[in-house]
Amino acid sequence: MSPPLVEVSEISRSYSMRSGMFGRSTAVHAVDGVSLTIPKGETLGLVGESGSGKSTTGRIVLGLEPPDSGEVKFDGKPMAALGTAAWRAQRARMQMIFQDPLGALDRRLPVAAQIREPLDIHGLGTPDAREERVRELLRAVELTPAHGARYPGALSGGQRQRIVLARALATKPDFLVCDEPVSALDVSIQAQVVNLLCDLQAQLSLTLLFISHDLRVVRQISNVVAVMYLGRIVEIGSADDLFARPEHPYAQALVSASPAPGRRSAGRIVLAGDPPNPAARPQGCAFHPRCPHAVARCAREVPALAAVGGNRQVACHLVTGAETRDAA
Amino acid sequence: MSPLVSIAGLSVAFSGVPVLRGVDLALGKGEALGLVGESGSGKSVTWLAALGLLPRHAKVSGSVRLDGREILGAPAAELDQVRGGRVAMIFQDPASALNPVLTIRKQLCEALALHRDLQGNAVKAEARRLLDLVGIPDAGRRLEAYPHEFSGGQVQRIMIAMALAGNPDLLIADEPTTALDATIQAQILELLSTVRREMGMAMVLISHDLGVVAENCDRVAVMYAGRIVEQAPSNQLFADPVHPYAQGLIGALPPLDGPRRRLTAIPGTVPDPAMMPDGCAFAPRCTLASESCGHTAPSLAPIADGRTVACIRAEASRRALLGIAAE
Repeated sequence: MSPPLVEVSEISRSYSMRSGMFGRSTAVHAVDGVSLTIPKGETLGLVGESGSGKSTTGRIVLGLEPPDSGEVKFDGKPMAALGTAAWRAQRARMQMIFQDPLGALDRRLPVAAQIREPLDIHGLGTPDAREERVRELLRAVELTPAHGARYPGALSGGQRQRIVLARALATKPDFLVCDEPVSALDVSIQAQVVNLLCDLQAQLSLTLLFISHDLRVVRQISNVVAVMYLGRIVEIGSADDLFARPEHPYAQALVSASPAPGRRSAGRIVLAGDPPNPAARPQGCAFHPRCPHAVARCAREVPALAAVGGNRQVACHLVTGAETRDAA
Repeated sequence: MSPLVSIAGLSVAFSGVPVLRGVDLALGKGEALGLVGESGSGKSVTWLAALGLLPRHAKVSGSVRLDGREILGAPAAELDQVRGGRVAMIFQDPASALNPVLTIRKQLCEALALHRDLQGNAVKAEARRLLDLVGIPDAGRRLEAYPHEFSGGQVQRIMIAMALAGNPDLLIADEPTTALDATIQAQILELLSTVRREMGMAMVLISHDLGVVAENCDRVAVMYAGRIVEQAPSNQLFADPVHPYAQGLIGALPPLDGPRRRLTAIPGTVPDPAMMPDGCAFAPRCTLASESCGHTAPSLAPIADGRTVACIRAEASRRALLGIAAE
């Protein structure tokens, strides 16, 4: 296996939230002790429901937000302090793509100018070389220079996302964080962008952190997948293997809730209860109030992520603590 | 059996731009029909037009019959009996469909007062029964709560309760789970199928998610650029799609198990309604298109029992089959 490009160890991040105008402020643990490593040229998929801390993890990995504790290492070096020259140099090697391309683009600038912007900011190449690079990037995302002259409003959703992708690739980054990049797109356009992303990754040997709630898309693009629930990773393993045989009860429910053509809903696990509120994290295993298999221990102890053979790790007392189950 | 709803030649144009170009659709009593297609294909507009919910500047033509009675262009008094009474509709964004400053009880009772002949305490009792039915815990107390006190999944449950207030024969669910998380989506879909079974209600499920439709509907209609391009029982459609667009949609869906394959993306984008190509609207994106596809738009023709397709290739192969049968 190639050496890791991104190493995240035990990062946590909490926000304070006030309930009501005069209420007491409470800490919301958005991310709680998350560790990840992404080898060079590979893709790590991060799945989970809203409020599970996927996006916050992505933002911390990219240095857009400092972690409260823990550390992010990029290419073996810790992230430089926000706003310094070293940070800027590091940031040119890592880029981010968001869900809403229209929100990420300036409506009053032709898109080619926006693709060029990172080159100007980081002072890469001569002005002529920058123009050439913009044309090259447009070609790379399968658009023409004519598209570059247009404004975002005159492009379709799929084309806009290609522009965002082109801009992200302008500085020749090694690492890309994609936060729900295809969720707003129609199925046929989604497939175009997913294919393009796979091709570009292979050509440029990009390393990706791919955040999505769509299990199908995540499986399509990822080598390794991590499932998050309330700020913690509950299961992590190779994409094919994890989706074929999820071990954690939450991962099982998530996989089974993903509708598939040609399969009727018989046998689907329907979880009771609402999606969890990060401000009121249950004691013990955060999933236990909704878990169909929860035992007394789950309400007391937080399960740690432990290896269960292969490269799979699961945080569940019932999966990892086989001896307790036998004893019970 | 006469259909519950039959739509024929339904067309809609907004300021001269056609968005719905002749939709024919029939729905039996108690049947679950799925409507899939990309944004702008006319899935929602079909039902908004059928129920007279489009703004006045929309030009609507064609016919929509409910139990044999024409409801397109019917007087407002008659439509008020249909909407919310015989046909109910729920939408993608449930939070914006509820009034934030009224309690759930007020809003549910309003729907009940309009469509049911109930008085005094009976109204409140029925409102409570409905909340119970859709699985809101502690229904009696929660009636006095405001919409913001419920989670997204619960608000959608309340919308379903309101839709059921008029004892409808048909529920139109327009992307009912799109804004919800996966595990909550599973809950709502299960609720919809339970309610449908218990009340013997027909349902139209509008969704861009092929998986959701496949699992919850008996029959599926695929729409493209304001027309239905294929209609089939759901298991047959997903196992063996005939129209190239339906094939493309299914091929574009990443598999959740088995080997990974490169996705077969449909090239290009949906045509602009103002600049609709001549002939088949899908032809410019179709890998199998021939010259004749650009001449006339194919009509929806039966290819097998309960299956119709609008594609000249399908028509040609059907003629060939019929020719063999005639010999």
